[in-house]
Amino acid sequence: MTTPFYVSPQQAMADRAEYARKGIARGRSVVVLQYSDGILFVAENPSRALHKVSEIYDRIAFAAVGKYNEFENLRIGGVRYADLRGYTYDRDDVTARGLANVYAQTLGTIFSSAAEKPYEVELIVAEVGEGPADDQIYRLPHDGSIVDEHGSVAVGGNADQISTYLDQRHRDGMTLAEALKLAVDSLARDNNGGERSLTAEQLEVAVLDRKRPQARKFKRVLGGQLARLLEGAGAAAESDAESEESGDSEESGEE
Amino acid sequence: MDFLGAHQPELLPGNRPLPPVQGVIEAPHGTTIVAATFAGGVALAGDRRATMGNVIAQRDIEKVFPADEYSAVGIAGTAGLAVEMVKLFQLELEHFEKVEGTVLSLEGKANRLSTMIRGNLGMAMQGLAVVPLFAGYDVDREKGRIFSYDVTGGRSEERGFAATGSGSTFARGALKKLYREDLTEEQAATAVIQSLYDAADDDSATGGPDLARRIYPIVTVITEDGFRRFTETEVAEIVRAVHERRLEEPDGPRAALL
Repeated sequence: MTTPFYVSPQQAMADRAEYARKGIARGRSVVVLQYSDGILFVAENPSRALHKVSEIYDRIAFAAVGKYNEFENLRIGGVRYADLRGYTYDRDDVTARGLANVYAQTLGTIFSSAAEKPYEVELIVAEVGEGPADDQIYRLPHDGSIVDEHGSVAVGGNADQISTYLDQRHRDGMTLAEALKLAVDSLARDNNGGERSLTAEQLEVAVLDRKRPQARKFKRVLGGQLARLLEGAGAAAESDAESEESGDSEESGEE
Repeated sequence: MDFLGAHQPELLPGNRPLPPVQGVIEAPHGTTIVAATFAGGVALAGDRRATMGNVIAQRDIEKVFPADEYSAVGIAGTAGLAVEMVKLFQLELEHFEKVEGTVLSLEGKANRLSTMIRGNLGMAMQGLAVVPLFAGYDVDREKGRIFSYDVTGGRSEERGFAATGSGSTFARGALKKLYREDLTEEQAATAVIQSLYDAADDDSATGGPDLARRIYPIVTVITEDGFRRFTETEVAEIVRAVHERRLEEPDGPRAALL
């Protein structure tokens, strides 16, 4: 019988964290930013069918990076939690904070238990309020912690670089077109600081718009509307959009 | 609904243990709900009265609700149960849309409502029935459609117009003479308001328009632009026009004999 290797708990946890982080860094990024009328979500996502950004409830949306089937599970769980809570009590009793707590518990349990592999996912849960001061954005890394974010945040891919770029340029009260341009510019930067071009077909864009008359504030920005917003935002990025698409090959299952 | 059943079954309407019943419970009951298709959509309307035996329990109850963006339900029967069922139905449609990422087909929605009514059969047999009228805009076929149900959940699609509730016989009789296939949205609204007026005229459990208190029938339309409920002003305008003609001809518009 071979002697089992001893791995210290710190080492085991560090290994698990490293595994999850690597998985998330391999994929493409998602950017979330506040604008004047709500919260904008922009993901680099060439797929029509597989979404990274989704509606959870009236004022709450979900964005994720990492392994698709893992965050898809979490997304559906979140919709169930929200619908059940809203039905049992009232629609106003469903909050992003409550949802983020549930996600944190779930992710934390998975991360700490040695029985399963850690989820290679990083989530964002956002809620649009009556005004910009009431908007909430929560980032949940793979290990079940929660980080309260403001203004702008990026996850997945080279998130740190994108976040820095966003922090320098984001201001309160941007219009949707301005925020969209900033988000696309930040996503288009590659590792060496050069620029790729991102067309409307490579983007998944959605908003939580507090000005919508309906109770459900989530709306996808698609097709013609997206193209118009990208154009309207001004010069350089759009002329790049007409040129050849970037040649990234897709990895299946890892986005 | 299946998820609800697996995790919190006590929230499902049919699943609560019932106390033993001696005779029929006097619960708020009695209604007329009317639907009529027109070029480009369907109108669904309901009266405002809730009765408990001979007493008017409520003068301004709402019996017509949007189920989702392209459909609506009008409910006859036990008010409390019916409203709860509508809430659950709305939840089910919204939940499906969010989880799957696509909207259910109109037939799919009609089917789910069928199942819910069937689940209520036990209580219906004890006198607590819920009978809906379901109307929606079919985005694939580009027209309005109406589905009626019986107390066991049996569903049938209606052509042109339909009615349900204690006053439905009278409402249907009126619509039989008023309805045409080429109605506009405004005309369809007028037709349903006329039929509700006639139902209230002959059924004590159906309330006519209350001009003094300005309580009017709920009139909704569903078209390619989605669900829309007529504002009080819009309904008032049609009701007043109908009422003025009734002052001259109390039984309503006269149809030709042949």
